[in-house]
Order: sequence, then structure tokens, then C-alpha cells
Amino acid sequence: MRHILLAIVVTVALAACSSTPTSESGAAVEDRTPGAGGKGTTTQPITTTTIPGDELKNPSSPLAKRSVYFDFDRDDIKEEYRPMLEAHAHYLAQHPDKKMLIQGNADDRGSREYNIGLGQRRADAVKRTLVLMGASETQIESVSLGEEKPRCTEQTEECWAQNRRADLLYTGEY
Amino acid sequence: MIPLNLLLRAVLVSIFALAALAGSARAQLTIEITGAGGNQIPIAIVPFAGEGALTPAISEVIDADLSRSGRFRTLYTGPQNLTDQSTLDFAPWREKNADAIVVGGLYAIGGGRYEARFRLYDVPKQAQIGALAFTLNTQQARATAHRIADFIYERLTGERGIFSTRIAYVVKTGSRYQLQVADADGANAQTALSSNEPILSPAWSPDGSRLAYVSFENKKPVVYVHSLATGQRRAVANFRGSNSAPAWSPDGRTLAVVLSRAGGSQLFLMDADGSNVRRLTSSSAIDTEPYYSRDGSTIYFTSDRGGSPQIYSIPVTGGTPQRITFQGNYNVTPRVSPDGKSLVFVHRDDGRFQVAIMDLATKQIQVLTDTDRDESPSFAPNGRMILYATVVGGRGVLAAVSSDGRVRQRLSVQAGDVREPAWGPFLN
Repeated sequence: MRHILLAIVVTVALAACSSTPTSESGAAVEDRTPGAGGKGTTTQPITTTTIPGDELKNPSSPLAKRSVYFDFDRDDIKEEYRPMLEAHAHYLAQHPDKKMLIQGNADDRGSREYNIGLGQRRADAVKRTLVLMGASETQIESVSLGEEKPRCTEQTEECWAQNRRADLLYTGEY
Repeated sequence: MIPLNLLLRAVLVSIFALAALAGSARAQLTIEITGAGGNQIPIAIVPFAGEGALTPAISEVIDADLSRSGRFRTLYTGPQNLTDQSTLDFAPWREKNADAIVVGGLYAIGGGRYEARFRLYDVPKQAQIGALAFTLNTQQARATAHRIADFIYERLTGERGIFSTRIAYVVKTGSRYQLQVADADGANAQTALSSNEPILSPAWSPDGSRLAYVSFENKKPVVYVHSLATGQRRAVANFRGSNSAPAWSPDGRTLAVVLSRAGGSQLFLMDADGSNVRRLTSSSAIDTEPYYSRDGSTIYFTSDRGGSPQIYSIPVTGGTPQRITFQGNYNVTPRVSPDGKSLVFVHRDDGRFQVAIMDLATKQIQVLTDTDRDESPSFAPNGRMILYATVVGGRGVLAAVSSDGRVRQRLSVQAGDVREPAWGPFLN
């Protein structure tokens, strides 16, 4: 399915680069038809006729890893995530047209707004690391989802640990 | 038509379920009184003559309002042949130890309009202490009853009543989020915004006409201002990064917000239309949850610049923040009382997150709640009650506690989580 839709996805991705945020209802159901973006969206014809296999879609590539996990109330990036972040930084440096959104998250204990701050700090830490590793600052936006998008909803340490996380998304993936 | 059932009145536990308006059928907000205050004024609310012409019955709404406040003990009167026109015999009411009695009537005046008239008497003094008349249409029985309850409350306690005010909150049902506005008793819930993405931090403009809030509809936090009467909304802070935690200045001209556009989470001020953005704090910490002092000169906020999240204050003109909380290692979400003398916030102790109040003069703090996952405290505009979000039985509910900790209520919906409450201002 992913391969079949690849060309379409890339078209939409290019279109989305120049789009203004879609309306509230438009965000709910993503339209994958080329040229059917929201108001203010412009599309461009695709000049490349063949696209080599996308490294981002290769499940054995370090680029397939998209999540960085953090300890409680921490935003320092553990050593184990360096190779994966280096791969993403390299990919971004090689593809200056690519944009990335980093969404930081926090577990659900305490204030929702303070947790937006904690998620932001984590997303910023990942962005800073990627920039140090060679990605361009302008390619990456770091934002926070606070405690609002938990991957796990139980009140256990195991679950909270899954939610203390930053996710790396390329344009077209969010 | 809004059905209202008053149950278990004898033990002062009133539960009433009120059908919400169209679009929020599953979002019925139910209020349960879980603790009552001391020194309650015994008052008899006699059913108004002719009140059955409209729904809900005016005297029942007045009774529920006054009971819920925790300041009154309403006496069961049963049907009485009494109206605002009657010459009152005080003897039976003195026997029941009533301090006050309310009698009234609802009269059709033609054209689908009615007049509600009532008199409030001091029973021991055998004297009238107030009387009013309201004209209303068939849809305004509840609103009229709230205004009568406000009048009675103010006459007998010396403070303004909050029964005509409104509250805003967010209901999450499945993966759907609704920003709702309801009467202070949870009735008349109306949905201002529905979204598949989270809605957070609603904040009332000082005139009660607009809500600022955070919406994730663009896959990241963006601050909107939404006019309730028209439903018109616009993004006022949609900068690169996260935009959150809006707070209105008391004059309604300025919003304090938290932006990450300069890195980290920092406080900024902007005109209410999103223009003229200027930075207020400059730290490497998380600075968030701004809230204006009542005179507009100071902003209280949460910051972890000292290592743990604590409450600080900073002049709106900038300067060095001053730390306000020192007890415990987690104090967040400051909200100033309407008289400016105290601060409520969420205080963590031994893993429990509870609403606490601080006397700003003495810095003494008192934990007010018996729940342990409290968030988002919000003062009623008369300062008497504090509405907050918590979790009971795994479900998000709203709860209210009096500023002395004695009166407690819980508000929940049938099929969803309720969170992010904000109590609206007095509407003159």
C-alpha cells in the first residue's frame, strides 16, 4: 500500500510544505487526492519521474526509528538514541527540502500546561541534537503535545515511561 | 424542556440531572454535593403560585442554588397557599426555625410573557427585606430563578451570588473533544467548539464575551480567541513551536501567553488580537501558566527555574521574578482570588496533587481538597468557591470546594471525561 501511494504521498507532501494550516474540519480527515489540499494550498507538478526507494520507508534503516524516550522530569538524550538521531540528521542534511516536526510528550501527572513545557523541552533537546549533528535549524519545528496524546493510558511507571517521549515526523506524516 | 429531579433533599444531598441542549446529548453534567458547610442560614422557599406554567419550576431552581452554595439550609415547605400578595403569618415559620422565607408567584401577562414576583422576609424580625419583579418569556424560567437566588444570596450573606454566572470546561468523549459553556449549576450546556484534537486552558475575557483557549487542531498547540455570541474564532498565537496558556489582563486588552518560538517555554504579552508581541520572561527554565493579579500590575506564573516547579510573580513591565511558594517541590497553576488576597494552586505532597490556598499576606497554605489528581483550579467571581478538575473512579470530573474547604461538590458527565474548568465573570 505504501509503495502504491508513494508518488501521491510525495505530491501531497510537497503541497503541504507551502500550505497554511488547514481548517479544523479539514484536519480531521486527510485528503490524499493530489491537489486537494486546504484553502491556500498550492500544488506543483512533479518533475522527477522516478523516485529511488525511500530510505524513510525502509524498516531496517535507523531512519525507521522515530521515538526518543526520556527519564522522569528529564530532557537529556540517552546514548542509545545517538545512532538513530545521527541517521536522521544526515538524512535531513542530504535532503534540504525535507522538513521535520518533533512532537514532545509528557506523562499525565500534574499540570497540563507545565507538561506542555516538559514536552517542549524534550522536543527542543532532540532538535538541538539534530542541528548539532548537521541538520538545518529551519528544517525542524519542535512542538509539544504535553500529556494530551498518551501512547499508554494506565497509571503505572511502565506506562508513564512510554509517554515521556519525543516523536520525529517528516512532512506528510502528521 | 429540561427535567429536574431533586432527590434526597432531607439529607442535603441534591442530585440533579439536566438534559443539555442540542449537540451535547451525552454530555449531561450532574452535580452532587459531597460536603456541606457550617453556619447555614435556614430558609423556606415556598413554591411560587402558578410556577407550574413554566419548566423548570422557579422555586426548585432557587432551592437548589441556595442549597448548593453550602451557605443555606432549605426547609421543606410543601405546597402553601401563599404568594407575594399574601399577608404572611410568621408563627408557623418561626416554629420551623426559619430565618428567612421567600414567597412569590408567576403571572401570565399576555403575548407569551410572564411576570415573576417575589418577596423575601426576615422571619425573626417579621419584616420584608427585599422584593423584586422580573418579566420573562417561556425560555427564561431558569435564568430568572438564578437571578432571584442571586438577590436572596446577596441580601442574606452580604456577598454577590454566582448563580447567574457561567462556566466553561472541556468534555472528552471517546476521541472527541468539546469546549462547552454551561450555567454555574451545569444546566444549559452548549458546545462552543467540537474537535478531534485536544482543547485546553479556556480563559474567559473579563467581560464574559470571549474565551481564549489552546487547540491542537493543527497538530500542535495554538491559542485561539473565540467570541461566544457569534462563534467566530481566530488564531491569535500561532507561531513556530508551541503556543499555550492564555491569560487575560483585567482590562481585556492584553493576553499573556506561553510561546516556544524563542526556544523553551517563555512568557510573552500580546494585544488581544495577537499583535504587538513582546517577551516578558527570559530564562532557560519552563515559564508557564501566567495569571494576572487583580490590579493588572503583576503576573503570577509557574517556573522550574529553581529546580522544581514553583510559583513566582513578575511585574507586567518585566523585572526580576519573585518566588512565592516554598513548601513542597511541586506547586503549579496559580490563580488569584477576586479580592486579590489569596492564591489557589495545585500542590503536590506525597504523590497527591491537591488544590491548596495561600494567604498572600502570611504565606500560610492550606490544602482544600480530599481528591488527589487535582488540576486547573478556578475561582468563582465572588471568591467563595473554587472549581477544579480531578479524577474519581478513573474518570475525569469537575469538583468544587469552598475557599474555607468546608463545602464540596462534584460535577460529572455520564459518558465522558470533564476537565479544564474555568469559571466565568459576573455579567452585569
